Amino acid sequence: METKNQETFQIVVLAKQVPDTHDVGKEAMNADGTVNRAALPTVFNPEDLNALEMALKVRDSIPGAKVFVLSMGPAKAAEIIRESLYRGADDGAVLSDRRFAGSDTLATSYALSCAIKKLGDVKLVFCGRQAIDGDTAQVGPQVAEKLEMQQVTYAEELVNATREKLTIVRRLEQGIEVVEAPTPLLVTVGGTAPECRFRIADRMLKYYKAQMPSEAGENLAAAEEMWKERPYLKLKEWNADDVNPELDRLGLGGSATKVKQIENVVLLKKENVNVPAEAAAIEQMWKDLQGVVF
Amino acid sequence: MKNVLVYCELDEKGVVADVTLELCSKGRQIANTLGCQLEVIALGNKMANLEQQLYPYGVDTIYAADDERLTYFRTLPHFSIVTGLIQEQQPDIVLFGATCKGRDVAPRVASYLRCGLTADCTKLEIGDYEDNRTKEVHKNILYQIRPAFGGNIIATIVTAGNVRPQMATVRPGVMKKEAADANHKGQIVKLDVNKYLKAEDDAVKIINREIKERLVDLGAAGIIVSGGYGVGSKEGFDLLHKFAKQIGAEVGATRAAVDAGWAENERQIGQTGVTVRPKLYIACGISGAIQHRAGMEQSAKIISINTDPEAPINAIADYTIIGDLNEVIPMLMEGYKRIRS
Repeated sequence: METKNQETFQIVVLAKQVPDTHDVGKEAMNADGTVNRAALPTVFNPEDLNALEMALKVRDSIPGAKVFVLSMGPAKAAEIIRESLYRGADDGAVLSDRRFAGSDTLATSYALSCAIKKLGDVKLVFCGRQAIDGDTAQVGPQVAEKLEMQQVTYAEELVNATREKLTIVRRLEQGIEVVEAPTPLLVTVGGTAPECRFRIADRMLKYYKAQMPSEAGENLAAAEEMWKERPYLKLKEWNADDVNPELDRLGLGGSATKVKQIENVVLLKKENVNVPAEAAAIEQMWKDLQGVVF
Repeated sequence: MKNVLVYCELDEKGVVADVTLELCSKGRQIANTLGCQLEVIALGNKMANLEQQLYPYGVDTIYAADDERLTYFRTLPHFSIVTGLIQEQQPDIVLFGATCKGRDVAPRVASYLRCGLTADCTKLEIGDYEDNRTKEVHKNILYQIRPAFGGNIIATIVTAGNVRPQMATVRPGVMKKEAADANHKGQIVKLDVNKYLKAEDDAVKIINREIKERLVDLGAAGIIVSGGYGVGSKEGFDLLHKFAKQIGAEVGATRAAVDAGWAENERQIGQTGVTVRPKLYIACGISGAIQHRAGMEQSAKIISINTDPEAPINAIADYTIIGDLNEVIPMLMEGYKRIRS
């Protein structure tokens, strides 16, 4: 770990790689109306990109601040770390272990909070309001509770940031609220917040060969050589043991909810009247509806 | 006591939110099934008329936390009082609205109590659950039913073993608001707020609020004219508004149309918007992604206007009009004028 000096101000971004369920189109549907998961591409969870941007903006205004991106998921989540490095993050790690499988939000937030504690004195955590594959919006507030941090949800705009406090505009159902919250603090960021800055060409050149040891596969020896010269190309890969959890709080066993049953959604076909787009047919339809609706 | 507890939300004027009354309606049914009481926790400043508003929905006990520090919602004061009360009262089930407030505080409460929380349930039922591993049968468990994986599957979630309480959030409009008994009477218990609040709970300062009156009330609308990505532009929505005005309807929208900036957030219908069940739902240029259908398929009658005969929405529509909505809607307006005159 880096030596800490007085100036360090550690910011963590929680980012998730998700199947793109936002717009499940016909191409990803099986004939029986179920979803073909394999046909769905994976994406950087959209609101986590908004969160990354807000974190980078804070970093840019506080000397000594560093942004560390943490992604829990399979090894493929290294793509999230590389993407974040391209866009300006300083460092990152993938938190990956079979023992996390079957985690509900309680077990997920516990594992993430253990990883954040490993980083030491973290002052700010940013994450998307929710992930598009679950839409639960629970992990942010639950990580905040586990780290005993203040929380500000649905952030839309960063007004001001100092080491001591953040001023943030929150987007609510019927308006906005401006709050001032002291650090250490967790902020969940909504999709109405500024979009993430683009990839930076220099950083892409610098990091495009960055990978985790498990990604190197049979080229590990060559990769090790390269990492001696350029240690920043070795991405951190943490398993459960690396973050010192109570093992019985992880994965399925550590989850407080169980899935009893899963059913595919089946469309019930209704008696359907095809109305030609012409005046007489439309007038007839209105007449049919008259007793029911009007 | 193994009761059902509902987290109460108040609007800007101190009126109990519809989502709370909906949860009380459902909570009353569950309490009857379980043979227990229905309780509510309400937090605010100078709250009034809680009894009159809540008792008709079958509420037996109102826990009221009244304090200046609770004037506006802030996470930690609500978190501390709700967790404190749950630890004292040990309810079996706790329900929250899946609103900005409920979705902010409920996960934090669940994390602290290390209990489960299922977000955005569309159904809540009581039944038995046999643990696959231990073969132990748990009686009278809360089935927390919700769409998952982008709404393409329906999952029934239960809270593990003997973890309690069982907690769920439910979006506004999903449960039906039904007063149980106009003459029902309960009791009100005032909570000693100082017992629960810690100094750091007061650390977040609200320095400005701009909360608008609610622009639209989709839940109360008898007819909804709703637009999707096929509407094509903000100007396209102008036509929908004109049509809606003529027939006394409210305008709704899909997530895609809201994301495109053609309609306001609060018009969004679907799994992550509001759920509606109007007498007539006119879907204009809506393909019918399952997330959208989840929020409108209980409409009594559905008309779909779409250029695509294969659009999934047509399968649940009573009437399908294949054509360009810019031509079809004026014909509908003309036809409506004729039959109404």
